[in-house]
Amino acid sequence: MPIASPDASWRPVSLAGSGRTFVAGVVLLLLAAAPPLRAAAAEPGTALSPANDDCLACHGDPSTTRADGSRVAVDAAQFQKSVHGQAPVACIDCHADLTSVTEFPHAETLARVSCASCHDEAVTAYSKGVHAQARQQANGSAATCVDCHGTHGMAASKDPASPTYALNLPTLCGRCHGNPEIIRRGHIQIGNIVAQYQDSIHGRAVSKSGLLVAPNCSSCHGNHEIRRRTDPASPVHAARVPDTCGKCHEGIETLYRRGAHGTALASEDPQAPVCKDCHTAHNIQSAGTPTWRLAVIRECGTCHVESMKTYRDTFHGQVTALGFTRVAACADCHGAHEIHPKHDARSTVSSVRLVETCGKCHPGANENFVRYDPHADKHNRARNPGLFHAARLMDGLLILVFAFFGIHSGLWFTRTVRVRWSGRGEAGQGGKSDGDGAS
Amino acid sequence: MAMERPDARLDTAAPAAEGRVIEAVGAPVDEAGRHYLRFDAFHRLLHGLLMLAFLGLAATGLPLLFSDEGWAARLARGFGGFAVAHLLHRVFASLLIAVFATHVGHVLHRVFVRKDLGVLWGPSSMVPQPRDFMELVRHFRWFVGLGPRPRFDHFTYWEKFDYWAVFWGMGIIGGSGLVLWFPVLFAKFLPGWLFNIALLIHGEEALLAVGFIFTIHFFNTHLRPEKFPVDRVIFTGRLTEQELREERLDEFDRLAREGRLAEFRTGPPTPALLATSSMVAAIAVPIGLFLVSMILYALLS
Repeated sequence: MPIASPDASWRPVSLAGSGRTFVAGVVLLLLAAAPPLRAAAAEPGTALSPANDDCLACHGDPSTTRADGSRVAVDAAQFQKSVHGQAPVACIDCHADLTSVTEFPHAETLARVSCASCHDEAVTAYSKGVHAQARQQANGSAATCVDCHGTHGMAASKDPASPTYALNLPTLCGRCHGNPEIIRRGHIQIGNIVAQYQDSIHGRAVSKSGLLVAPNCSSCHGNHEIRRRTDPASPVHAARVPDTCGKCHEGIETLYRRGAHGTALASEDPQAPVCKDCHTAHNIQSAGTPTWRLAVIRECGTCHVESMKTYRDTFHGQVTALGFTRVAACADCHGAHEIHPKHDARSTVSSVRLVETCGKCHPGANENFVRYDPHADKHNRARNPGLFHAARLMDGLLILVFAFFGIHSGLWFTRTVRVRWSGRGEAGQGGKSDGDGAS
Repeated sequence: MAMERPDARLDTAAPAAEGRVIEAVGAPVDEAGRHYLRFDAFHRLLHGLLMLAFLGLAATGLPLLFSDEGWAARLARGFGGFAVAHLLHRVFASLLIAVFATHVGHVLHRVFVRKDLGVLWGPSSMVPQPRDFMELVRHFRWFVGLGPRPRFDHFTYWEKFDYWAVFWGMGIIGGSGLVLWFPVLFAKFLPGWLFNIALLIHGEEALLAVGFIFTIHFFNTHLRPEKFPVDRVIFTGRLTEQELREERLDEFDRLAREGRLAEFRTGPPTPALLATSSMVAAIAVPIGLFLVSMILYALLS
C-alpha cells in the first residue's frame, strides 16, 4: 500500500528499477543482525529529520527491498491504527539513529530500537527477567519486546487485538512454551505447561468462558520481570506462591496461613507444601471433579506416606484406589486448607470434633463410632492391639487351611494319577479295602 | 459320569466288592439304569442360590480387597461403577443370608418338629464324628501307598469340612459384613475399633472362602481326575449305582443291609437336567477359577 510521496526523487521504485546494487536503506527492526547499541537520545526534530511521510515514501512501497532482496516495507495503515500510530509516535522516535542521518537512502543496518527511551520501567523490569538473562547467555530464541508486543502494528495490552491481551496471552506464551522443540531443548521436565494450563480450570476460564478475571500466564509469573521459580524474588517461588494465589484466592490464603501447612511455611520449613504442591502449578483442576478428588489423595501421599498406606487398607482408601469418589478422601476428614494436627482442638479430626466430622457422611455417628481407626495398621501392636492379634489369627487360619488342603489335594491327585496309570495293578489292592474299610 | 468312563473306577469298586453287594441286595444289579437320589430338589435349589450369591459376592467384593490391581478397577467398572457393585454386593449378601436362614430353619425343623435326630449324629449327619477322623487318616495312608482306599458313607470328612467351612464363613463374613453395612447402628453398643477388626476379618475370611471354594472345593468335587471336568450330582441330585458303590460303598452296604435302597432309588436325570447341569457348571467353575487366578496373580506379583 504505497503512499504517494510528495517528493518524487525518494521513490524507491526508481532506485530498484535502475538496477543499481545499492538498494534503499533499511528502517525496520533489525533484531537479529544489529549488535545491541544504545541509541542516542533523539534530538528534538531538526529541519533535517525525516517525517513519517518521508520514511513511508520508500517504506510504504511493498516492493522495497534490501540488497539481499529482503523486504523492508511498513504497512502504513496498520501502523496508523497501532498504539504508536495513534499517539502519534514518529518513526524516528524509535529508529532514533535516523534523526541525525542526512543521506538517504540510509545504511542498511541501523541501531536496535530501544523501547527504553519511552518504556523505561518495562525495559528495566525485563532486564531482570529470565528472558533477558537467556539472551545474555546467547539463547537467541528468548523473547524480546517485539516477540510479544509486535512491531509496527503494536496494540495496547487492553486492546483485544493485542497478543498480550489477557485472553490472548496463553496463546502468545504458548508459541514458545508450548513448542515441543523448545520444551525439549529447554529440558522442561514438567512437559508442555501451556497444554496443561489450557486444560486447567484457569485455562478453561480464559479460553472457554472468556473470563478476563481468570488468571493467565502473567497473573502468576508477572509480565516483564519474569523470574525463574527458583529465584526468591519470583512470584512463583515456593515461599511466595501463597501470596500470588492469594491475590485472587484471598479467603483460602487466610485459611492456609492458619493451618499446619501455612504455619510450616511461615517457620521456613523447606518441606512446607504451598498451593502448587497439592493443586499443581499449571494443571489446576476444579476441586469438585472426580479426577482432582482422586489425584489430590496421591499428592497428600507423597509426603504422608504412612497415612497413605493405612488409608489404602480401609474401605475409604480401597474405593478411591479403584477410581471412585463416593467415599472419604483425605480432605473430607482433615480439611483442605486449614489443616491442623490431631492434637489441636481446632482440627476436624481432634477427639472433640470427630463425632461431627464422621457424622458428615455417617449421620448418627456417636462416640463409639469414632473409635474406629481410619488409619489402622494391623502391624502396629501399640496402636491397634485388637486388630494386630486378629490379623495374626486370620493369617494363621489361612496358612493352616491352605497348607493342609494343599497337601491333601496334592497327595490325592498324585495317588489318583498313579492308580489310573498303573490300571489293573492297583485294582488288586481294592480287594483288601473291603476288609479294611471303616464301618 | 463314571458310567461313560469305566476306567475311572477305583479300587473300592473291585469285583469282589460287587459280588458281596449283589448278594446283599439279593438281586442282580442293572447298573445302567439304576440311580439313587443324593440331593433332593430343596437342597439343590439352596446350593444353586448359594453358588449364585457366593459368586456374586466374590466378584463384587474382591475388587475392594485388591483395589491397587488393574483388573480390580476394570472389574468394578465392569459392574457399572462402585455404586452398582456396592448395591449388588448387598443384594447378593441378602440372598445368602436368606439361604443361610432357610437352611438353619430347615435343620431346626428336622430336629425339633420331625424329631429326626439323624441330623445330629449318624451317617446322614454333618456333625464330625470319630469315623471322619479315621477316614482322614486312612485316606492319607492310601495317598502315600500305606493302605487301601477307605470306604465312605453318606458324607465324607472333606465334604463335612466344606460344609462347616462355608457355615463358619457365612457366620463370620455375614456377621462382620452386617457390622460394616450398618456401622452407625452397631456403634450403639459396639466400640468402633471392632469395626477395624470386622473389616479385616471380612476381607481375610472372604479370601479364605473364595480361595478354598475355588481351589480345594473345586478340586474335591469336580477337578480331581475321577470327576473331571465336573460332577453333576449337586445339580441333578442323582448318582448311578456304580458311582454310589465306588464312592460310598459303606452307604450302599448300609442301605442294602437296612433294606432301604429302594427308598432312594430313582430314574436317571432327564437330558434337559443333565444339559442344564453342565451349563451351570460350565459357567460357574470358570468364573471361580478366573477369580482365584486373579487373586494368585495379585499375591504373586
